[in-house]
Amino acid sequence: MTTMTNTLAEIKGLSTYFHTEEGIVKAVDDVSFSIPAGRTVAVVGESGCGKSVTALSVMRLVAEPGRIEKGEIRFGDQDLLRLREGEMRGLRGNDIAMVFQEPMSSLNPVLTIGEQLIEPLMEHRLLSKKEARAESAGLITRVGIPRAEEMLKAYPHELSGGMLQRIMIAIALSCQPKLLIADEPTTALDVTVQAQILDLLNGIKAESNTAILLITHDLGVVAEMADHVVVMYAGKVIEEAPVIELFQNPRHPYTKGLLRSKPVIGRREERLYSIPGQVPQLIGLGEACAFADRCESCLPVCRERRPVITQGENGHLVACWLYEEGVSRDE
Amino acid sequence: MSANAGTVSEKNPGVRAKSAKPASPWAHAFRRLRKNRLAVTGLVFLILMGLFCTVGPLFSPYVDERVTGANFNRPPSAQNWLGTDNLGRDILTRLMLAGRISLTVGIASMLLSVLIGSVLGAVAGYYRGIVDQVIMRFADVLMTIPSLPLLIIMGAVLSDLKVPSDYRIYIVMLMLSILGWPGLARLVRSQILTLSQREFMQATEVLGLRDRRKIFVHLLPNTLPLLIVVATLSVAGAILSESVLSYLGLGVTPPTPSWGNMMDSANSLIDFQKRPWLWMPPGVAIFATVIAINLLGEGLRDALDPKMKK
Amino acid sequence: MSDAMLEVKDLKKYYPITGGLFGRTVAHVKAVDGISLSIAKGETFGLVGESGSGKSTVGRTILRLTDKTAGEVRFKGKDLYSLSKQDLRQIRPEMQLVFQDPYGSLNPRMRIGDAIGEALLDHGRASRAEVRDKVLETLALCGLSSSHIDRYPHEFSGGQRQRVGIARAIILNPEFLVADEPVSALDVSIQAQIINLFSDLRDRQGLTYLFISHDLSVVEHLCSTIGVMYLGSMVEMAPRDELFAQPLHPYTRALLSAVPIPDPTLKRERIVLRGDIPSPVDPPSGCKFHTRCPVATDACRESAPEFREVGSGHFVACHLV
Repeated sequence: MTTMTNTLAEIKGLSTYFHTEEGIVKAVDDVSFSIPAGRTVAVVGESGCGKSVTALSVMRLVAEPGRIEKGEIRFGDQDLLRLREGEMRGLRGNDIAMVFQEPMSSLNPVLTIGEQLIEPLMEHRLLSKKEARAESAGLITRVGIPRAEEMLKAYPHELSGGMLQRIMIAIALSCQPKLLIADEPTTALDVTVQAQILDLLNGIKAESNTAILLITHDLGVVAEMADHVVVMYAGKVIEEAPVIELFQNPRHPYTKGLLRSKPVIGRREERLYSIPGQVPQLIGLGEACAFADRCESCLPVCRERRPVITQGENGHLVACWLYEEGVSRDE
Repeated sequence: MSANAGTVSEKNPGVRAKSAKPASPWAHAFRRLRKNRLAVTGLVFLILMGLFCTVGPLFSPYVDERVTGANFNRPPSAQNWLGTDNLGRDILTRLMLAGRISLTVGIASMLLSVLIGSVLGAVAGYYRGIVDQVIMRFADVLMTIPSLPLLIIMGAVLSDLKVPSDYRIYIVMLMLSILGWPGLARLVRSQILTLSQREFMQATEVLGLRDRRKIFVHLLPNTLPLLIVVATLSVAGAILSESVLSYLGLGVTPPTPSWGNMMDSANSLIDFQKRPWLWMPPGVAIFATVIAINLLGEGLRDALDPKMKK
Repeated sequence: MSDAMLEVKDLKKYYPITGGLFGRTVAHVKAVDGISLSIAKGETFGLVGESGSGKSTVGRTILRLTDKTAGEVRFKGKDLYSLSKQDLRQIRPEMQLVFQDPYGSLNPRMRIGDAIGEALLDHGRASRAEVRDKVLETLALCGLSSSHIDRYPHEFSGGQRQRVGIARAIILNPEFLVADEPVSALDVSIQAQIINLFSDLRDRQGLTYLFISHDLSVVEHLCSTIGVMYLGSMVEMAPRDELFAQPLHPYTRALLSAVPIPDPTLKRERIVLRGDIPSPVDPPSGCKFHTRCPVATDACRESAPEFREVGSGHFVACHLV
């Protein structure tokens, strides 16, 4: 990407720790990246890598015992981490909206879809009830659900998972956010329904220039959706690049391994490549690179010091000693 | 390395396994319990109370049965630390002996109701169908009868039959456990039903294990944590019920002492107003013991099953 | 087919829905609605479908973990549903199951050595001393180390627990293994390890698999024959290469095109299906897929298509093929 787009949000040095009985879990540890306006940034990683906590930190919705320790989240000209709770509440659902993995548990089961859509519209956009109702029907149609009027009267349990996720997206869109955070929005859905939701999200981005922060573990989804990819491992960003660059020229051994270990239809191999070992626990991570134990190209320095993320060509950032000058390669 | 990473045993078995000694769920629970100050306080108090009641009387210069006409209703003094009662018996000694009875009744009736309750509950939950129906409907019937009036009636009948004091404590135990087991049975049954739905129980079916193994190795050990908690808490209930009955003169009757029948003196206005040393000590003992049991029970619950918290 | 390990004929499994004051049966969930398949010795059969397709129920019914409503299941020629409880217990070791959820399928209060070895003991196949050796051997085979034997399930990660689950199943030397979504709860980097373990075990022990999954790419990697299920019925069944080269049923095609491919330069024409999967309580009449089918005709709405062979080993249920 040579053209500079406006930066909508910038996360700088974000650290979110969980203070548990067993010790401090550095779920998000010094994470930085930015989200350009109208683009999709995908944060990809495995369970426990901190991708969801990063999303929740941007919304300032991290629950106890988690705490945002330090960092800065610039959104427009303000730092979200310095806003008062009241100001943040005004921003949530207005400028930044979020869609969660489990649509069923994000909706109130005793209220109709209509009630859950109309009220925020009246509150945030100061519409009259009638206007809000018409707007809601419009939103429901926009997310691809026919018979919007009927849908307003339905209760969440009457709808399927895919429908509910559409409704969640409709609610998220109701206040025309500048940034939509989607945390594993299709993980709970079937493939054919996932395809619908992904199309819907892409459509929204194209129509209303909403930036999307997409949290996912699925590299296929990343390839279809993202403009820019952030790869996280054990609470850290280990690689970041524009999507095509990342898939064609992955640099970090973890990213490479991840790309190679996923079976792809039509590209059958005798044996799948697999990254050995287990995803590390986040308590008591030492000074070493967190991936060192599983890494095929581990250098002596990898076990001593953690690499810093550095900028390479083509907008490609990577945190790996293999790409540092003057590092001893001897075992 | 990569080519056979699937079967090669891993050199790094995960950071989880940093301690060399594998920690059983019981060891974990014990560690959690130790961290809970209230529960530990409760446990320590109960141990002290137990020692007080069992070993205490051995150090007492007074024999309970000794009735000293000249020495009755004395306030606390250097000889009788907690004073004497209307028959001149040392209150402290009597408190210890009464504690033996009250704690025994509490624990024994708990054991009996846990035994009946868990066996019947497990049978009902595992075999379902008609067995389940019969057992649980019977339990329902017992549970619909308000327990205090029933106990009072049964106590009155006992008094009418002139059952000797020595036997009465056994009958009180039996009465309490008859009322206690249906709740436990229900609990165990629902646990068994939930556990049967768990995949590891399906796995035992796939493996073709015998029923005996399914029940005793897989089902029951998994109901144990809950059972321990409920059993602990039910000791407190039993002690309270015994006290109420005995206070009303329908449970353990004199000359056998119990905390409940020692409280009986509070019935008389003069004793109540002028001689608090007669009824305060047993009252405090009941109060403190029940609170300690509850604290321990809550602590056990948090320790054994962190998911039940809140 | 005489060398069939497993033969399933017109298997049906309906779950009653009770309602009203007296718990009368008011409707049925037709979880499995007439499935026939046959798995040859040494074959890996992949069963694909989305939620509500009944694929897991097929697995459980084949193993007689729940009762069937109708149909026949023959395992090595024996009618499973005519066996007595005792005979069924005896035959269990020969057909095993690997569960989806590596957390729920292990008893949390049992050391994994005991969990893996207990069936040997219970079936009287080995003495206590022999069991330990056998467990150690199986642990190694499944990529776990001998130091794991005395640990409890909570001390393991998801992938390791799945290895324990597999070890527990294969220690009995089964001939037939049903794997019910065994990798879908695992992280991508761990999935590959477990998939490789399955193929190693097949090569080493000559296992026959019924591999149930919603993930076409996993099934394509591992299976030689694939069946696609939709709402309790099989819509297409074919040898792997045939199915992926020439999918005939519109649902199979849509499913294939819906799988996201990790290649951002690839621009595909995607068939996006309308709507959601209908409820199996009240499935659409005629062809069950007609409500979402992009090419449905009147015939599809009226009559259910027959599941018939259109090429060698290629079966499909569609009026338009």
